Amino acid sequence: MIKTLTRRGLLQTSAVAAALALGLTACGGGGNAAPQQTVNSDAVEAALQKGGKLTVWAWDQSLKKVAEGFEAKYPNVDVNLVNAGTGNDQYTALQNAISAGSGVPDVAQIEYYALPQFALSKSLADLGQFGAASLDGTFTAGPWSSVQAQGGVYGLPMDSGPMALFYNKQLFDKHGIAVPTTWDEFLEAGRALKKADPKAYIANDTGDAGFTTSMIWQAGGKPYEVDGTNVGVNFSDEGSTKFAETWQKLIDEDLLAPISSWSDEWYKGLGNGTIATLSTGAWMPGNLVSGVADGAGKWRVAPLPQWEKGANSSAENGGSSLAIPAASSQAALAYGFLKYSNVEEGVQARIDGGAFPATSKDLASEKFQNTEFKYFGGQKANQIFAESAKNVPAGWSYLPFQVYANSIFNDTAGQAYVSGTKLKDGLAAWQKASAKYGTEQGFSVKE
Amino acid sequence: MTMTSPQVAPPAGAAEPAGRTSRRASRRSWAGWWFIGPFMAVFALVFLAPIAYSIYLSVFRNQLIGGTAFVGLDNYARALGDPQFWSALGRVSLFLAVQVPVMLVIALVVALALDSGRLYGKSFFRISIFLPYAVPAVVATLMWGFMYGTRFGLVGNINQAFGLNLPSPLSSELVLASIGNIVTWEFIGYNMLIFYSALTVIPKSLYEAAEIDGAGQLRVIAAIKLPAIRGAIVVATIFSVIGSFQLFNEPSILKSLSPNTISTYFTPNLYAFSLSFSGQQYNYSATVAIIMGLITMAIAYAVQVRGMRKER
Repeated sequence: MIKTLTRRGLLQTSAVAAALALGLTACGGGGNAAPQQTVNSDAVEAALQKGGKLTVWAWDQSLKKVAEGFEAKYPNVDVNLVNAGTGNDQYTALQNAISAGSGVPDVAQIEYYALPQFALSKSLADLGQFGAASLDGTFTAGPWSSVQAQGGVYGLPMDSGPMALFYNKQLFDKHGIAVPTTWDEFLEAGRALKKADPKAYIANDTGDAGFTTSMIWQAGGKPYEVDGTNVGVNFSDEGSTKFAETWQKLIDEDLLAPISSWSDEWYKGLGNGTIATLSTGAWMPGNLVSGVADGAGKWRVAPLPQWEKGANSSAENGGSSLAIPAASSQAALAYGFLKYSNVEEGVQARIDGGAFPATSKDLASEKFQNTEFKYFGGQKANQIFAESAKNVPAGWSYLPFQVYANSIFNDTAGQAYVSGTKLKDGLAAWQKASAKYGTEQGFSVKE
Repeated sequence: MTMTSPQVAPPAGAAEPAGRTSRRASRRSWAGWWFIGPFMAVFALVFLAPIAYSIYLSVFRNQLIGGTAFVGLDNYARALGDPQFWSALGRVSLFLAVQVPVMLVIALVVALALDSGRLYGKSFFRISIFLPYAVPAVVATLMWGFMYGTRFGLVGNINQAFGLNLPSPLSSELVLASIGNIVTWEFIGYNMLIFYSALTVIPKSLYEAAEIDGAGQLRVIAAIKLPAIRGAIVVATIFSVIGSFQLFNEPSILKSLSPNTISTYFTPNLYAFSLSFSGQQYNYSATVAIIMGLITMAIAYAVQVRGMRKER
């Protein structure tokens, strides 16, 4: 096993080297950038051969296999995979390590929405120095644009979450309701479902910042505009308004189950027909299999409902990158790991472990597309996810302080779910609070 | 404070022995340091250093753009004019005013009942009332959070069984009361134990004397038991005041079930926590923590002074 892997690995490395060389010739007009890249990709290769001890902070379980494969391919490298917490916990630890200037890992898993914050504070290494810009086209548009910040590339996309509609087919069939293809139909379906079964809800939602921003993203909204330290926050654009109006109806008519995602009630509700649909990222199937065993065979996947009939817009929800803290003394070696994990052999190892890749090639591969999901009654769900990944509108950006902004979502916009506050006003309050924080942090904020 | 002070001046006029005395005094003072040194080192490290560090943090401001700057008392001025901080403080004050008396009265009644000697199965009651205190707060809150569920929780089951439509205990209006219920459940046993142990040390002869004088149970409670355990009541009250102001575990865990009714500034502690861990505003967070510490100390002190004055 290890032998074949090594051989395949060698072949691929030479292929990549050839591709890189081609890429360099192709962009020969790029002036002095080209020689620098050659030097550095050599440096990466040299660092990989020389080896060393690499500390990786990540909570994604599928990286374990990647680390094993990497160590097998580069016997001199010793990867120390550390779970320093999930999401925000890890960011706090990372921030502390960076401030303290010691104990900083060589590689860190950072979600797309949090990446700008670290890039802005110059906590991460710009991967442009290793020629990361030449990877344009390797990844799907959404994740690739998510790792660009401040004119550089600050991480390599590890996975992605193109959105889709997961629905309980059994429930829809039982009540003779058609699967919605637009959000207006979604609203109608919600009403019909409530009429047929007062205990069932079309979806659950107690106010979720990530979901809300993804919906606005899909609707073509651009509430955040970031240009260096100039930040715009505006939730009165067309996309945001579309979302707020439709969702207001769902809230007013009591069509959304007041159940928070990831709670016990939520898992039960998904299994027993209380919650009929779930609009979320393509990383969801694994969670359904492990958390909602009763749902096996009942659930199916459909494209995300549209804001306009006949459109095929989508959005990303969640997903992480791997980045290199600027304080790492082994950036070249770390970049070697990033490439192995997110571009080379590591991708397949992670797909086998249930992850949803961000690389166009793997998304298009026949094996991936034809994978049948037993949980979804044998449906080839990856085809829907891959299609969704292609249709993510470009030009979306998160705030350079999105971590904080998301944390106060329920203080502001979330009030629309429990009191008479309108969602539109809630979003305006969120905008105001986010802008206030941005100003306090030294950004010039335009509302 | 019984240590002899090393700086006692030698009697005037005793010129010759003066040198010896002071030499001996200085040797003695070193010996003293050897005894209290280990304690002082630990004390400085674990008590004084964190406080000093918080105060140090509170006079700076760190911005994502612009880095760290000394701002003097700006953070304090900001906290005093921060509506979110005051709403958090108001909420825990209301909590204190309602929950603490309810909890202490119930604990007192239970302790008196246990002490009355008329209760059948006394040890069983004592242990079962104390048991919730042995359950970690996190587990207790998760358990109650589950019962509070209107769909699949206990409240949901009651609604279903009796065809009722009970409001959700986690709704905006009821969430504070629901947290109060959890805290009361957790701490009745603890306070009961404080009261009960104070009651058991009252000499039995007093009760006999009261009985001979023809005093009834209520009279015994009012005239003997309550005055005798006043110290314990003051202590329990101070603990409860501090506990109320430090309210954190319960709202922080219930927040995941009810994110909209429990804000990031629901209690001062939760506010300090969100400021520092999501907002990376360590400096302002330290300021909020210091102000809360001072307020808590002031109120606990007031309770103590009042309690002691009555005792005199």
